[in-house]
Amino acid sequence: MKLKTWKELPAGAAITEPGSARHFKTGSWRSYRPKWIEENCIHCLFCWVYCPDMSIKAKDGKMTGIDYDFCKGCGICALECPGKQGKKALVMEEEGK
Amino acid sequence: MGKKIGITGNEAIANAMRLANPDVCGAFPITPATEIMQRFTTFVSNGQVKTEMVLAESEHSAMSACIGASAAGGRVATATAAQGLALMFEMLFIASGLRLPIIMGVANRALSAPLNIHGDHSDGMAVRDCGWIHLYSENAQEAYDNMLQAFRIGEHKDLRLPVMVGLDGFITSHSIQTAEYLDDDVAREFVGEYRQTLPALLDIKHPVSMGSLILTDYYHEYRKAFENVMSMVPAIVEEIGREYEKISGRPYGLYESYRLEDAEIAIVVMSSAAGTSKEVVDEFRDKGVKAGLLKPRLFRPFPYTQIAAALKHLKAVAVLDRADCWGASYGPLFTDVSAALYGETNRPVLVNKIYGLGGRDYMPDQAEYTLNELVDLAKGGKVKALKEYIGVRE
Repeated sequence: MKLKTWKELPAGAAITEPGSARHFKTGSWRSYRPKWIEENCIHCLFCWVYCPDMSIKAKDGKMTGIDYDFCKGCGICALECPGKQGKKALVMEEEGK
Repeated sequence: MGKKIGITGNEAIANAMRLANPDVCGAFPITPATEIMQRFTTFVSNGQVKTEMVLAESEHSAMSACIGASAAGGRVATATAAQGLALMFEMLFIASGLRLPIIMGVANRALSAPLNIHGDHSDGMAVRDCGWIHLYSENAQEAYDNMLQAFRIGEHKDLRLPVMVGLDGFITSHSIQTAEYLDDDVAREFVGEYRQTLPALLDIKHPVSMGSLILTDYYHEYRKAFENVMSMVPAIVEEIGREYEKISGRPYGLYESYRLEDAEIAIVVMSSAAGTSKEVVDEFRDKGVKAGLLKPRLFRPFPYTQIAAALKHLKAVAVLDRADCWGASYGPLFTDVSAALYGETNRPVLVNKIYGLGGRDYMPDQAEYTLNELVDLAKGGKVKALKEYIGVRE
C-alpha cells in the first residue's frame, strides 16, 4: 500500500473508512506462534471462543487454521486447547525457528 | 449600540459563553475561574442557554467530556485555571490533535508549589505547546471580545482548533471594570451557529473512528499537517478581528502596537500589566523619550514574522514575562521574541524581566526602572543582566 503524504491526511487523524483495521497487519508483533496439529484436533472450537483477536479460522463448525496476519502469539489458544488423549492440537513455537 | 457597564473579567467570559450558547459544557470549579462557571450555570438554570452541563469529578474528566461532545459535533466551551489546567494537560493534546474546537476561558494563575491562587502566566505557559490557540486579554473588555471571537476562530472551517482565552487571575478575573457589551442580537449574529465541516462521529451516513493508533508510519506526517494548519491561524485571527471591529468599533489583530511606530525603545508585555506599562510609556513620551509598547494577543501560534517586523526598528526592547522557565535561561515570551528577531540583521538589544509572579503587584516604578534601563541601552550602554527578576526583595 502506497503511504500518503501529510497533505492527503484527514483532519484530526480520523479514520473515515469503516473496517480499515484489516489493512493493518498486526501479526508481525508476534514472538511465539501457535502451531496447529490437525490430527490432535477434536474441533471443540475452544480456541475460536478464547482467541482475543479473530485469528482462529473456522468453517462449518470446524477449525481450519490460524490467521497469522493478525495472531499476536498470546498463547491463550494453546493453553485452552484440550487436545485429543492428552496431546495438544495447538502448541506454541518460537518465531523464526 | 452596546451598553457600558461595570463587570468582572469572569462575568465577561461567562456572558460571551451565554451568547455562543454551547451545546455542551464540561466543567470543574477552580479559583480564580470558578465565577465563570458559577455565572454560566446560572444562565443554564434560568434557561438563557440550551447547554447541557456536565459537572465532572475533575478537570481531566471535564476536558474529556468536552472532547467527547466536540467529537460528536457539538459547540463546546468551558473554563479553568492553574492546577485545573495542569490536570487537563493530557487531554489538551487530544483535543488539539483530534482538531476539536473547544473554547476555554483561562483565568491565568500561578502553579503550586508553593501553593498560590493569584495571577501569573505559569499555567498558560506550561501548556503553550499543546496545540491550542492562545489569546491573552488585558482587561474585562478584551476578555469578552476575545471569548466571542474565539468561537469564530476555533470553529473556522479551515482550522477547527481549540482556543484558550487568558485573562489575569484576580487582577482581571475579579476586578470590576468598565466594559461595553454588544447588543445580544449583534453578538449572536457574529458568533453564529457552529457548522461541522470536518468528519464528526455522529454522522450516520459517514461514520468515522477517532483517537486511533498512529505509529511510526504516519505520526510524523500528522504532526506536519498540524503544524501546517497552525500556520493558517494568524490570517484568520486578523480576518475575524476586522469583522469584529465593524460591529464593536474595537480593533483586534495579532498584537497591540502602542506608540511603537516612531519609538526607539519598547516594552513587550502581555495581559493586564500592559495597562500599567502604557501609562508609564506616556509619562516617558511626555519627557521626550521615544518609548512604545507591544502587547501580544495571539501567543500560540506565535506570529514570529509579524512581531519581528514590528520590533526590528527599535534600539532596545525589554520583554516582560509573568512566568519563568527555570533553568532554561529565559522566560517563555522572551524566548519567542528573541527567536522572532534572530533572522533580522538590524535588531534591538533585548533584555528579559521576570515580574509579578504569584500575583505580586506590577507597579509603575517597575515599568519606569525598565524603561530607564532601555534609555541607557539605546545610547549604547552595556547589558548588565540579560534576565533579571524585578519587584523582588534582594
